[in-house]
Amino acid sequence: MNTASTTSEVPIASSWLPPELIGVATIAVLGAAGFFLFPEDLAFLTRLIGIAFLVLSLDLVTGYCGIATLGQAALFGIGAYAAGNACIAGVTEPFLLLGVGAAGGALTGLLSGALITRFRGLPQLVISIAFGQLVAALSNKLSSITGGSDGLSGIVPAPVLRTFSFDMYGRTAFVFSAVVLAVVFALLLRFVRSPFGLLCRGIKDDDLRAQMIGAAVYPRLVVMYGVAGAVAGVGGALTAITTGVVGLDSVGFERSAEAMVMLVLGGAGNLWGAVVGAVLFQVFEHIVSATNPFHWMTLVGLLLILIVIFAPRGISYGATVAWSKLFPREPAR
Amino acid sequence: MRTIFSIVVDAVAYGMVLFTISIGLSIMMGLMRVVNLAHGAFAMIGGYLASYAIRSMGASYVVAILVAVVGTILISAPLEFLLYRRIYRKSDALTQLLLTIGITFFIIGMANFVFGPTLKSIPLPAALSGPLDIGFRMLPTHRVFVIACGGVIAVALWYLLERTEFGVRLRAAVDNSDMAESLGIRTELIYSATFALAVGLGAFGGVIGAELLPIEPFYALRYMVVFLVVVSVGGAGSILGALSASLLLGLADTTGKYLAPEFGEFFFYLAVILIVFLFPNGLFGRAH
Repeated sequence: MNTASTTSEVPIASSWLPPELIGVATIAVLGAAGFFLFPEDLAFLTRLIGIAFLVLSLDLVTGYCGIATLGQAALFGIGAYAAGNACIAGVTEPFLLLGVGAAGGALTGLLSGALITRFRGLPQLVISIAFGQLVAALSNKLSSITGGSDGLSGIVPAPVLRTFSFDMYGRTAFVFSAVVLAVVFALLLRFVRSPFGLLCRGIKDDDLRAQMIGAAVYPRLVVMYGVAGAVAGVGGALTAITTGVVGLDSVGFERSAEAMVMLVLGGAGNLWGAVVGAVLFQVFEHIVSATNPFHWMTLVGLLLILIVIFAPRGISYGATVAWSKLFPREPAR
Repeated sequence: MRTIFSIVVDAVAYGMVLFTISIGLSIMMGLMRVVNLAHGAFAMIGGYLASYAIRSMGASYVVAILVAVVGTILISAPLEFLLYRRIYRKSDALTQLLLTIGITFFIIGMANFVFGPTLKSIPLPAALSGPLDIGFRMLPTHRVFVIACGGVIAVALWYLLERTEFGVRLRAAVDNSDMAESLGIRTELIYSATFALAVGLGAFGGVIGAELLPIEPFYALRYMVVFLVVVSVGGAGSILGALSASLLLGLADTTGKYLAPEFGEFFFYLAVILIVFLFPNGLFGRAH
């Protein structure tokens, strides 16, 4: 049993199957369920998957490295704009577009990470906000690239693998997104268990000690930011491909704040938490905001307050703890 | 020349509004180390109360300000008692962010439920709505009023913190709350009083600044970042820092909006990044 990083380890990985396989299988099952049970809501589910990438990306920097940021949507939005522009310029192959989005997000991540991770605490938070707002202001201004407040439209990607074209029911879009999510999720599960990922956890728990054992803290955080940027960029590119438009809301502050809420709802420092949080929050939003957007804000506010008081480490953590108490796998330590 | 003059007047007035609202947040963050994202929400409550007092109850401007400040303190007191006490000092930034964002969302939803989703104006009295002749130029009286209010608050707070018994106790609690407590200072009471002071200042700023930052349901979210930025640029807990940061950022924002309106808040946040990069503890802040 891994005892080195007990603060954020969730007892879910202690099983006979590799966690990557469990991840892919779970997403496949849930995806199939969504596909067959809610054929009317595929567009919503596709958008949900796109945002899940943003929350995963935030989890990498906040949950695994302890960096508080409220500007993560900048990475997502730049990925979306990059893919959108590439598509309009003639690069219509979907997987290539994902690559473009990932590259755009990774570059932005490295750049903003180099700035943000130099600080700690409040200065860090404010710089992250300022960076996000800077990107948002620029996207509004550079309307030749971003379409300004009208948004970037006319994104028509080629059929996936030259066979499955994007239909108006959003079936291809949904399956494509779900597959990409499963692959990226499995890669990330592997990544956070790598020596690099474990060291990032060490930095989060005690960066001074990490420095003392010879870890180069700053470069690692910047690289982690780059990886997070790539993940967010893929999410942005997916959203651009599947919806055909990119709006200013993809880079806005609200998007960043919502991602943070989703992450903490699910549980930071755990990739499962990121996905669970993204799904729960958006389904909840989808249902409640249909009635009145302001009731929605009241409810989310109340929910957040209750979580901070009763389940400060997220519901997925609380759920796994409850589960392992109900069904103990090994004698109590 | 005329443009420069009006930029400066607008910038100083805007800066003073920022100062009036942010100084409460700054004191709270300096003392309780709470990143209170809901501070803008309290300013918004003040604005709503004042608007309601004037437009529906026919109160005068002065009475409306009193209603706003006292009402906001009363509304926020249970929140302090039930929620904020948990996150003073010890808890981590993420918990504080979430709790206070949650409170912000909740207040936005409730404000909209009670007052409706439209923009709420706060009618100015005749004495404040016209132009003021200062000899060689005409100035909008309201701007002068706002600037004067900011100046008075700065001096009054300085006096309160540096020259009174309360200020001594408060500074002791900031520097070392455990020691202050062992010396018989009731830090919990000091905290509550400071919270009320911070909220009251926020509400006051929300009312007098309503011409520049109009009162609407998303007020709390829209300007929350700005207030946080002012505190961080100035350095938490420093009056001089908050004042200079407010004026500096007011100038950056107003100049940017006059000369290159299509860039929006670009220059504002560029200035923020530069300043925070150069002074991570704020212009006049202390390292903690």
